[in-house]
Amino acid sequence: MSNQDQHRIPVFDALSQHFKENAHQALGNQQLRHNMRSAMDSLMTKRLASMSDEYEREHLRELGNHIRARALSKLPDLLEKLEANLTKQGVQVHWAETTDQANQIILEIAQRRQAKHFIKGKSMVSEELNMNHYLQHHGIEALESDMGEYIIQLDHERPSHIIVPAIHKSAKQVGHLFENKLHTQYTDDVDTLIQTGRKILRQKFFEADIGISGVNFAVAETGSLFLVENEGNGRMSTTVPPVHIAITGIEKVVENLRDTVALVSLLTRSALGQAITTYVNLISSPRKADELDGPEEVHLVLLDNGRTQAFADAQLRQTLNCIRCGACMNHCPVYTRIGGQAYGTVYPGPIGKIISPHLMGLDKTEDLPIASTLCGACGEVCPVKIPIPELLRRLREEDVRPPEETPHTVKGQGARFSRKERLMWKVWKTLNTKPALYRNFSLLATRFRALTPNIMAWSQNHSKAKPAKHTLHELARKHLGEQ
Amino acid sequence: MTARENILKKLRTSLEGTTPRPDDFNVELVTKPWSYGDTQGKIKQLRTMMESVRTEIHQTTKASWVALFADLLKQKQVNNLLYAPTTEWGKQIDNYWQQNTDLPTLKLYDRLVDEWKNELFFEIESSITSTLGGIAATGSLIVWPNREEPRLMSLVPPIHFAILEASKIVDNFYDAQQKLNWVENTPTNALLISGPSKTADIEQVLAYGAHGPKELIVLILVDV
Ligand code: SF4
Repeated sequence: MSNQDQHRIPVFDALSQHFKENAHQALGNQQLRHNMRSAMDSLMTKRLASMSDEYEREHLRELGNHIRARALSKLPDLLEKLEANLTKQGVQVHWAETTDQANQIILEIAQRRQAKHFIKGKSMVSEELNMNHYLQHHGIEALESDMGEYIIQLDHERPSHIIVPAIHKSAKQVGHLFENKLHTQYTDDVDTLIQTGRKILRQKFFEADIGISGVNFAVAETGSLFLVENEGNGRMSTTVPPVHIAITGIEKVVENLRDTVALVSLLTRSALGQAITTYVNLISSPRKADELDGPEEVHLVLLDNGRTQAFADAQLRQTLNCIRCGACMNHCPVYTRIGGQAYGTVYPGPIGKIISPHLMGLDKTEDLPIASTLCGACGEVCPVKIPIPELLRRLREEDVRPPEETPHTVKGQGARFSRKERLMWKVWKTLNTKPALYRNFSLLATRFRALTPNIMAWSQNHSKAKPAKHTLHELARKHLGEQ
Repeated sequence: MTARENILKKLRTSLEGTTPRPDDFNVELVTKPWSYGDTQGKIKQLRTMMESVRTEIHQTTKASWVALFADLLKQKQVNNLLYAPTTEWGKQIDNYWQQNTDLPTLKLYDRLVDEWKNELFFEIESSITSTLGGIAATGSLIVWPNREEPRLMSLVPPIHFAILEASKIVDNFYDAQQKLNWVENTPTNALLISGPSKTADIEQVLAYGAHGPKELIVLILVDV
């Protein structure tokens, strides 16, 4: 085993269909569990410290929810307004229903400019597109410039968290990775590691033909792309290269500029416990005729990729309120133990469990809605009050609804549907609604309790749940008789 | 049908029979907990916030800031400074530099970035820009780059000095939007800068100078 292999966290077979095996493997990885635990503990503490006033926090969450719900309630109009304002200001707006279409749009822009080098700020939507891979296939390099993303790209992994993508790695692991891949001298001093990254990436910003970024909020009223970040790589990617392409989901629109005041405060405090990030960057047009820097061309790609499906159902629509703060992950007992990569989806954790079925179909994510204890922590911390547990229960229903039943709300509906299980529930229902049958059944169950079968996975780690010697009715009768 | 038409049609069909949610934005929620009294109170809050993320702050006056600035440059041993000679501050710098020697070489951002990118990226050591004001609540500088002070001036050089007039510090982001009439007045690029560039991507350990300036030094002019 090479030095590097000893220190890297194994990459899972990153498919959501393999969630159970992935989770099992992750649970056995002590290093990963240690890294995740300490990081999540610290993020939770920081969030609470920055939102310690309960009145302020809860009312602002309520406002955050209203702002997002209001935007969604007029989404098509706001998208048109956003497009009109951006176009007026010289930004080119593109629409893509699928990830393929989005990739093609981006490739065409690149080919027209004969671009060979992309530099990327952080963008989860570009992960949805698997854009780096697609571009590479067409002879274009797409380099991540967010330090965390850069680290995992070097290690051929995918982000394990939407805010802190390399959180599952320790400084030692990063040190060994740099030693192996960048041929620098080993160090686990974080400052030195960051300075190494800075030096390499500065050159890349300098050379890049096209910069890619995500969007935190797209403001319809002013036609502005609102971007928050700490490193400055977002600003670099959107300012230095001659072309800037921003990619976002169609749900990211807000109606008014003032709406961003509440949302940015919720976002940065929920995510990292910061009152604000180092840079808040609002982009409203390409370089104007009298300006000396900034991109000559700015493009916005609006992506659907399953979002209209979530939008179509009033309950599931709430999924689209998400402002991608990651707080639900940090507080999730499942995510904290297995890390983000085990999910095999772009968005892990609670938000991933409710958005991925729309992006990929339930047939490809069938285990995600059940990978939750429904403890409610995610719903309690969500800054825009998405009722995540309620949506998980809803998706569980869709997961077991017969595939042919209409309306077919979620792509891949019925992925966990089983005739046997359905029959068992029918029997159960009959037993419990017919008194005579129920009496006979409970009598048999208590008398033959020794024959109780193992109940699937439950019995592996728990003692078998055996019926009592006597039924509750018998005990009650006895008790009343004795009185 | 185009992708655009398809998407909009699907969204409209899903909204059929519904009414848009009312706008119940509660201004108090984003202003009241974020108010700090008079200028002194605002300066105090801004300093606390900015200093907590390693911003160096100096309170000075319109008459004495240049001398202080020149001293700081000497302490930091920088060889050159990018500045905008056409601004009020730039003129003061010119004056001072003419009367004093042994100061960093002055550099101008007076060409398209493409014409001197190499020098900007790899040779310029520091820069100074003005600001439109500050936000006390979050400890942020409001910067709207323009032709005189282009975007990369506050981003590429490793040390960034910024001049902040105390009277232009507002309580919160909402007030900033109102005061600048931001909605009517949308600039190409507007920025809030709240410290030097930083990252906590490795093990949550905070490291400064990720991609942007490693040092941010703010000169607050208290008499303007
Ligand atoms: S679902 Fe809520 S808590 Fe989770 S990332 Fe989205 S906004 Fe944050």
